[in-house]
Amino acid sequence: MNDTRFNPLALVLGFLRPLDPVLMLVLAALLGYAHVLMQSASPERLDSQITHIGIALAGMWGLAWLKPQRLLSMAVPLYLLGVVLLVAVELFGEVSKGAQRWLDLGVARIQPSELMKIAMPLMLAWFFQLREGQTRFADFIVAAVLLLVPVGLIVIQPDLGTSLLVAASGLYVIYFAGLSWKLLIPLVVAGVIGLGSIVAFGDTLCQPEVDWQVLREYQKQRVCTLLDPTRDPLGKGFHIIQSTIAIGSGGLTGKGWMDGTQTHLAFLPERHTDFIFAVLAEEFGLVGALVLLAIYVVLLLRGFHIAANAPTHASRLLAGAITMIFFTYAFVNMGMVSGILPVVGVPLPFISYGGTALVTLCLGIGILMSIQRSRFADKT
Amino acid sequence: MTEFRAPAVELTRFRRRVVVAALFVLVCLGLLAVRFHYLQVKRHDYFLTRAEDNRIALLPVVPHRGTIVDRKGVVLARNYATYTIEITPSQVRSLDATLDELATLVPIDARDRRRFRKLFEESRNFESVPLRSRLTEEEVARVVSQRYRLPGVDVKARLLRDYPHGTTASHVIGYIGRITERDIERIDEAGDTANYRGTQHIGKAGVEQSYERELHGTTGVEQVEVNAGGRAVRALSHTAATSGNDLELTLDIELQKVAEKAFGDRRGALVAIEPSTGGVLALASMPTYDPNLFVDGISTQDWKALNDSPDHPMLHRAIYSTYPPGSTFKPFMALAGLETGKRTARQAIHDIGYFNFGGHRFMDDKIGGHGMVDLHKSIVVSCNTYYYQLANDLGIEGIAGFLAPFGFGDRTGIDLPGEATGVLPSQAWKRQRFKKPEQQRWYAGETISVGIGQGYNAYTPLQLANALAALVNKGRLFRPHVVKYVVDARTGERRAVEPEPLREIPLRDAHLKAVLDAMVDVNRSGTGKRAFKNAPYSVGGKTGTAQVYSLRGQRYVEGRVRERLRDHSWFIAYAPAENPKIALAVLVENGGFGAQSAAPIARQVIDYYLLDQRVGEPAAEDEEGAESEGDESTLQPGPVTEPQATSSTTPVPPPQPRPLPPPTAAPPAAAARSAR
Repeated sequence: MNDTRFNPLALVLGFLRPLDPVLMLVLAALLGYAHVLMQSASPERLDSQITHIGIALAGMWGLAWLKPQRLLSMAVPLYLLGVVLLVAVELFGEVSKGAQRWLDLGVARIQPSELMKIAMPLMLAWFFQLREGQTRFADFIVAAVLLLVPVGLIVIQPDLGTSLLVAASGLYVIYFAGLSWKLLIPLVVAGVIGLGSIVAFGDTLCQPEVDWQVLREYQKQRVCTLLDPTRDPLGKGFHIIQSTIAIGSGGLTGKGWMDGTQTHLAFLPERHTDFIFAVLAEEFGLVGALVLLAIYVVLLLRGFHIAANAPTHASRLLAGAITMIFFTYAFVNMGMVSGILPVVGVPLPFISYGGTALVTLCLGIGILMSIQRSRFADKT
Repeated sequence: MTEFRAPAVELTRFRRRVVVAALFVLVCLGLLAVRFHYLQVKRHDYFLTRAEDNRIALLPVVPHRGTIVDRKGVVLARNYATYTIEITPSQVRSLDATLDELATLVPIDARDRRRFRKLFEESRNFESVPLRSRLTEEEVARVVSQRYRLPGVDVKARLLRDYPHGTTASHVIGYIGRITERDIERIDEAGDTANYRGTQHIGKAGVEQSYERELHGTTGVEQVEVNAGGRAVRALSHTAATSGNDLELTLDIELQKVAEKAFGDRRGALVAIEPSTGGVLALASMPTYDPNLFVDGISTQDWKALNDSPDHPMLHRAIYSTYPPGSTFKPFMALAGLETGKRTARQAIHDIGYFNFGGHRFMDDKIGGHGMVDLHKSIVVSCNTYYYQLANDLGIEGIAGFLAPFGFGDRTGIDLPGEATGVLPSQAWKRQRFKKPEQQRWYAGETISVGIGQGYNAYTPLQLANALAALVNKGRLFRPHVVKYVVDARTGERRAVEPEPLREIPLRDAHLKAVLDAMVDVNRSGTGKRAFKNAPYSVGGKTGTAQVYSLRGQRYVEGRVRERLRDHSWFIAYAPAENPKIALAVLVENGGFGAQSAAPIARQVIDYYLLDQRVGEPAAEDEEGAESEGDESTLQPGPVTEPQATSSTTPVPPPQPRPLPPPTAAPPAAAARSAR
């Protein structure tokens, strides 16, 4: 630092200094994998995929430079902005595919629920930081309210996938903040029983005349389709049937790159976005799928490692929650495509085509890097 | 720094929770791995099959339908390639808009539109429906260039069926039409569903229907890779279709033309059979229709015109309409008398002009009678009284028993669809036919009129011609057939439709000779003499008149009776008499006496067949000939009501699955008048 001589290597190193090497390797592996898959699934989108990667990496790099404290100080305004935009969507939003998700600002169309995916854990982490060392039960009530307001707004759009992800991100913070197991376990048990009973009584519940009250018709359809994909083989069930066919027909080593018949003959729906995992599994087989799982495991373990060693309470919570969100994305997506979870619109993290999701995910990586760097910086 | 302020307890708890979370994550991802293993290893074979099923479609390759030629190789039905505009209903947004748009590119007349609408309503949604065929190259180009604007519209190359001879022999050849729901049911029942994948047409009448199996061929298969939209991406394998077999008919289309022309605009039927084989040389049913109208789906207008015509052109009179045979029955009766021993050839009766039975007088047509009449004379002059007596002597069971082997009142088994049974009256028949006990009883008086071919007698022209063929063939009865060879499309091998003798009727040569000699004299000196004047060959024949309407005691004066109530004119003939090459039956509906309308037609047909002479004019009605014969139909006033005259009211409709009602079946009226 005191050396005033021009040193290009030092400049580059300084430029890259905030970037965590492990996360960078994982990211390179995932994005490389994504690029290879996209050549098969949708070669015409390769260019824009590169653009998305560029933007996402820039955002990540920017956040990685920020100190976690700076980030946390933006929690409240970001959260409030998110809530205001969600209300605006409800009032003036654009309808697309039967749901109001987009807000047209004239310059660009934005999806405020996406912002909430970052703002929510940030807000709750900031909140528990305030109550650090003195968290009482009442704090969890407040946290629950902070969580449920935006989630409720997203549910009524309606956007099942995003609301689940946002809710999950908040719940992870609450979990890491130390909500008593006595409360957590009943919650989990209730959830499992609820899901179990839906599966058990699926046939009755899915009769057209049964009104599910809380969920909209299309959400009901999605759950029902999961319970029995064959009930609607040409409609919604088609997606799951075709993706399991793609995965299953891939076998141990796959049909080979660019040789997936399900992919190339367009039997796979949304093969470049939500169902890209089926392309992978068809063309690279079980081996390819396990390689992907392994990369994710490295990513998640690195994330947990960063969380465990984070310097502040808030940054710990944030890092833990973000890691869990990565997991949630990956698990829900692969679970859906392989037919063990309902069809919810969740992309495969870092692999699915789509700028918004990629940027959000890379911002998450950026936050992890920032937290990792803050610990490193503080120790020196 | 903040980290030092964080209570150690909370950090420990947090780390514990991170470990729990990490374990949870690993378990979940492990679950996924198990799921992948299940799908990709355990059930790999199943899913691989599913994937192959997905991508591979078997497209039918429709075979070319076999062609039909006559006995001399003249083409009667063939295929020709044409471009058609076709519309797939499920892909069309607005039918009217699409049709209007198309009309700006190619001429589409109102008829096309009407026919198309009819087909459109009947069609299954995903099958394309033809709008117009026979597009010119230029029209094809115009439509194809604009097709992107017209979803659901396609230009397809198709083979269409063509019947170059139009209305000639249309009842024999039949026609093909689009497959309907009913056809599909039948195809499914026959287990031919796979072979009809992709086939749009099926034989609906005539040989096209009865030889559907031969003509259709075997559908080939093209294995193609398809995408999710069902579009073929590339061909994987190809099994060619096998064309349908060709048919060579026994029919001589030129003879058929001569026959049809001879009818002019009269209604009727003609059946000419080669006695030695049962092969049908000509099979006319007049009027005819144009089978080409049906190929592409007939328009409502054309269909109505055909169906509503009082002449019923769709009716196959030769094999479906039944008529009392009138005096053409007499040679068979005479033979029955000889064979049963009730008569000898020399035995004569004295005809006083009538026959008394049960207090009723059955009249001869000649006032005062023919005098002494033996068997020979009875045929030559067509003496009724002779046969009244003979019928009475034979009894109804004797008549029915002798004539049934000739095929009277039974389907001949010809290889054409929709044959009628006819009625050979008998006690058993009457019991079956009527419900009330008093109607079921057979009255002896009813037998008398049966003897001259009236009463309940009702036969198709085909039955009569075939019975005649058996007669001149010394009792050997063949199953008549119109197809001579089936030409295998693959090997070119000609499989002959072998003459199939149904039975040998034991007949004494002397008896046969007596009857046949008399038939020859019919045309030399008897009722057929004028029609066969100067014929350079010997020809046997018999005139006949079938009553349409019973006048009940009034004079039958032709001019006074409405045309449709006039008698049907019959003539049966065979030639050359010493070695018959042709046996035929001619019926002219409401044609009057047999010698007057039917015999001249027979003459033209035989002339052409034996001498290759063609008149080219409809056979003139031989009014004068009939008069000069002294054969004018004078009905003696008198009590002519007989038991059966009151009881026999309606003809017996044979149970045939035909859409059209038989318009011409003559009521078996009381045989009060003579038939010649």
